[in-house]
Amino acid sequence: MSPEIKASTEKKIKELMSRYPKKQAAILPVLHLVQRELGYISEDGEKWVADLLGINPVKVREVVTFYSMLSRKPLGKYHIQICSNLTCSLMGAESLIDYVSEKLGIKPGETSEDGKFTLTTVECLGACDQAPSMMINTDYYGNMDKKKIDKILKELDK
Amino acid sequence: MPEKILTKDFDVKHLFKIDEYMKKGGYKTLTRVLKELKPEDVMSEVKAAHLRGRGGAGFPAGVKWGFVPKDVDKPKYLCVNADEGEPGTFKDRYIMTHNPHLLLEGIVMTCFAVGIHTAYIYIRGEYENMAVRLENAISEAEAKGFIGKNILKTGFDLNVTVHRGAGAYICGEETALLESLEGKRGNPRLKPPFPAAVGLFQNPTVINNVETLSNVPCIMEKGADWFVKQGLSEDGGTRLFGVSGKVKKPGVYELPVGTSLKELVYTYAGGIKSGKKLKAVIPGGMSSPILKPDEIDISMDCASLMKADSMLGSGAVIVLDEDVPIIDVLRKVTQFYSHESCGQCTPCRIGNSWINKIVKRIYRGEGKKEDLDKIEKLASNILGRTLCPLGDAAAMPILSIVKKFRKELESFIKG
Repeated sequence: MSPEIKASTEKKIKELMSRYPKKQAAILPVLHLVQRELGYISEDGEKWVADLLGINPVKVREVVTFYSMLSRKPLGKYHIQICSNLTCSLMGAESLIDYVSEKLGIKPGETSEDGKFTLTTVECLGACDQAPSMMINTDYYGNMDKKKIDKILKELDK
Repeated sequence: MPEKILTKDFDVKHLFKIDEYMKKGGYKTLTRVLKELKPEDVMSEVKAAHLRGRGGAGFPAGVKWGFVPKDVDKPKYLCVNADEGEPGTFKDRYIMTHNPHLLLEGIVMTCFAVGIHTAYIYIRGEYENMAVRLENAISEAEAKGFIGKNILKTGFDLNVTVHRGAGAYICGEETALLESLEGKRGNPRLKPPFPAAVGLFQNPTVINNVETLSNVPCIMEKGADWFVKQGLSEDGGTRLFGVSGKVKKPGVYELPVGTSLKELVYTYAGGIKSGKKLKAVIPGGMSSPILKPDEIDISMDCASLMKADSMLGSGAVIVLDEDVPIIDVLRKVTQFYSHESCGQCTPCRIGNSWINKIVKRIYRGEGKKEDLDKIEKLASNILGRTLCPLGDAAAMPILSIVKKFRKELESFIKG
């Protein structure tokens, strides 16, 4: 069964592919688009991308399992990623991870039952000047503390 | 305050828009370069400027360009390394957010110098918003005729594409970046051949860091001599030092190459937070060997830090105060490399995961007497025995931490 990819996304994917001398080179941008649309990279999604790029599905699986931003499990509506690297940890990230985990009732790597939140830890986000830092979907949040987290989660839970 | 080069206009509102950038003189130098100079003029100017790579290895950019064969029939490529994954580093994000056109102007000049017509900006996946900003900047530059076909009616063509990574530290290593761009797992390649000869899609390729390329416009505007004078004779210009951790004012500081690390920490970054004492400084991103307080009276340039058995790396300074247990630092360092090893070379894949397990054991209070020796042995066995520099990047900081903080580490081991 082929996944439901919008016609507009397919058009964008075709444009992307034209930017490389070999189709396979477009795999990461294409997978980003597929993941955004489907919430994750399903097996059908892998096959669809393989067909599109003219490669064996195992080549897509190899890529999906290598990169930490690509997920083979459905992600929540809000993907919270908290940096657990050195600078952020120095500034208190570990206790924040525990705090969010407790608040949402999920461990890092898990998604809440209602599909609303996924919590993961992440290596350096390149925002050490605002440590501890985190991302929700594509947005950065810096200088985090429990109070700020309460406010953000409350906002998202509306 | 010393003169700023890259960040001088960063307080201009909406500098990321082409009109504001051009009001500040942006793309003027490009016009002169393309209309009045030959490609070899640009290459020799950048060589004379002693512009060293700002990504980590510190290799002179002009020399790197010179390795690309001139009269080949194959297409040549520029890959801009915007992967910025070295823990502690956030300076390229700062450039791309505030002044994407400066980078683009540097890209066009570089491609003109080397005879390149296709450039890819490989940007880390998490920098989604910066990628969008860059794409908008490219569209603006195309509309004004600075990028695209027949640039400024000089006959020079250049396509620039933003390519997002997907969360893998290893893809900042140049040959892993190429593999990733070709649509594969980011496993580094065996060198030689070097990318200058056999790179992207097996063609000659230049790979430069964002900050490195952003220096090219001012070198072409003000000349190599001026640029060298801003820094040191063999290491020209300024560096964007990113200071983070236990300092009063974390942030990016653009200062001359050769600024003292002590001055950077105490004067510019405001000194240690809450009146605490300094414990140690990691001077050039997590991969660089740690320095104790009596070692930070040092000039921040590639050669001086190498002499001190550390490295300038990406210029990312992480500051630790007296309250930070060194076992926490070692735990984070080893966690990172065991997670980010691509798995291709056994010493790095297995070694880093074993070291991390031993460190976690010590952290839990279950350390054994021989553990520190074991860590040293494992790390020494990674050193120099891997395809790419990630192995060394992991082993070096681990060895330096165990050596310089052995007593404290022993205190965590009871039995």
